Amino acid sequence: MAAPKPAPVIELKGLKKRYDGRLVLDGINLSLAEHEVVCLIGASGSGKSTLLRCADLLEPIDAGSIHLDGARVAFEDRDADETRRKLGIVFQGFNLFPHLTVLENVALAPRVALSLTPRAAERRAKELLKSLGLAEKAREYPDKLSGGQQQRVAIARALATEPKVLLLDEITSALDPVLVAEVLETLRSLAESGMTMLIATHEMAFAADVADRICYLEGGRLVEEGSPKRIFGSPRDPRTKEFLRRVRSISGGRRGPGR
Amino acid sequence: MATGPARKGLLVATFSTLVVAALVAYTVGSSPAWPEVQKAFFDGRYFSTSLPAVAEAFTINIRLFIIAELLILPIGLLIALARSITAPALAPLRIFATIFVDFFRGVPSILIIYVLGFGVPALQLDGVPKEPFFWALVTLVLIYSAYVSEVYRAGIESIHPSQERAARALGLTRIQALRYVVIPQAFRRVIPPLLNDFIGLQKDTALVSILGVVETFKQAQILKAASFNFTPLMTTALIFLIITIPMTRLVDRLAAKDRNAQLGGTR
Repeated sequence: MAAPKPAPVIELKGLKKRYDGRLVLDGINLSLAEHEVVCLIGASGSGKSTLLRCADLLEPIDAGSIHLDGARVAFEDRDADETRRKLGIVFQGFNLFPHLTVLENVALAPRVALSLTPRAAERRAKELLKSLGLAEKAREYPDKLSGGQQQRVAIARALATEPKVLLLDEITSALDPVLVAEVLETLRSLAESGMTMLIATHEMAFAADVADRICYLEGGRLVEEGSPKRIFGSPRDPRTKEFLRRVRSISGGRRGPGR
Repeated sequence: MATGPARKGLLVATFSTLVVAALVAYTVGSSPAWPEVQKAFFDGRYFSTSLPAVAEAFTINIRLFIIAELLILPIGLLIALARSITAPALAPLRIFATIFVDFFRGVPSILIIYVLGFGVPALQLDGVPKEPFFWALVTLVLIYSAYVSEVYRAGIESIHPSQERAARALGLTRIQALRYVVIPQAFRRVIPPLLNDFIGLQKDTALVSILGVVETFKQAQILKAASFNFTPLMTTALIFLIITIPMTRLVDRLAAKDRNAQLGGTR
């Protein structure tokens, strides 16, 4: 018998989600082992964001199940808030709290949701900001920061509850090309540090570089998955081929893999 | 100092204001009954004799609107939160809050003052206070809590849902998300309309005169009745203006600041 596969940290089984009767997620099966980095690619509206929001228990699902460390979890659970602390999510639009300083943004969840003492929460927040190169920005308010810095603060904030999995929803899409690099660099070092991550992205070169596995989504279905080399090198499904062809022709290879 | 175009604008504004003021003064002053009206409403002698009593009675109004406002701010917030509750089990609370707001906003204040101020004490229930001041306070608190709760609600709804979602994603409960993320931002945004309602409350303290509370308006009426001259009422009006005008300007300034901050703060 082969060695048992490591138990997945997070597992989605037959996930279905409807908005106004329209099926946005149509039977998604996806699991991430510890330290694994999976990139979701696909056109806008393919269901990537919905998938992440459902996985983070921010929205109820219509069918299927979500498992965290082997235990079934759901939006409707009484302890769903506790589950959310074990999952971190970063949004495209940062969604930092504008009335709080950078430090307070990061320290809020440890203090309030994890009930750490204010000092312990602040210490944790400072460490995180330091590791992300934001130590000098701790006392600033978010709107004084560049988009890239804001997004890194949002990453620090998501990490502050020490989540088992980090979900990232097209976090560079709202950024200038110049700022994209600094955020991707942050993700790269997180991946190297062993963080389990599920990343929805349009940055194909980045996905090819950092992901252990690529999943192509279309119309709410997981059309094809495999190693970056396989998906980008020899996609099997015609839909994947078509998508990659279009992406390459639009970006002119600028962000395409194998640049 | 004002430069070219700005100074010209100021000159034009001053000139046109003076012209209009002169026209109004001439029209009013040339009306045949003006001398009598002036004597009845703007008699300097009655002004100076009524001022001390009317001003002293105004301390009652101040006590009334300060105590009332301190109660209205938290009660209004609680009602706003009760209306935003979505848990099915707590539906009665939401329904009660909705009825409360509909009722106290929908019925003329003066009727509520009559009913609560005269009706409830008339029940002669043990332990229910009978002092007019108490009932004046209660009615103002109820009416303005209804208004203020709507201000809070508008503020809470003006905070983009992504803020609450971000807080919930961090593992905060709904209450924690409201407490630490939504309400602090909403409160900042509604300070100008809250001050507006506070000004309304200050003026409406005059309404409770019908309960026999000798506040400034009632005091002025007493003086008017004794002298057959309306000037004491004008004295009261002046006192109200002295309090409300600076506050109105403050509201304007805060609102303008808020607008600038929002224009500057968006990316």
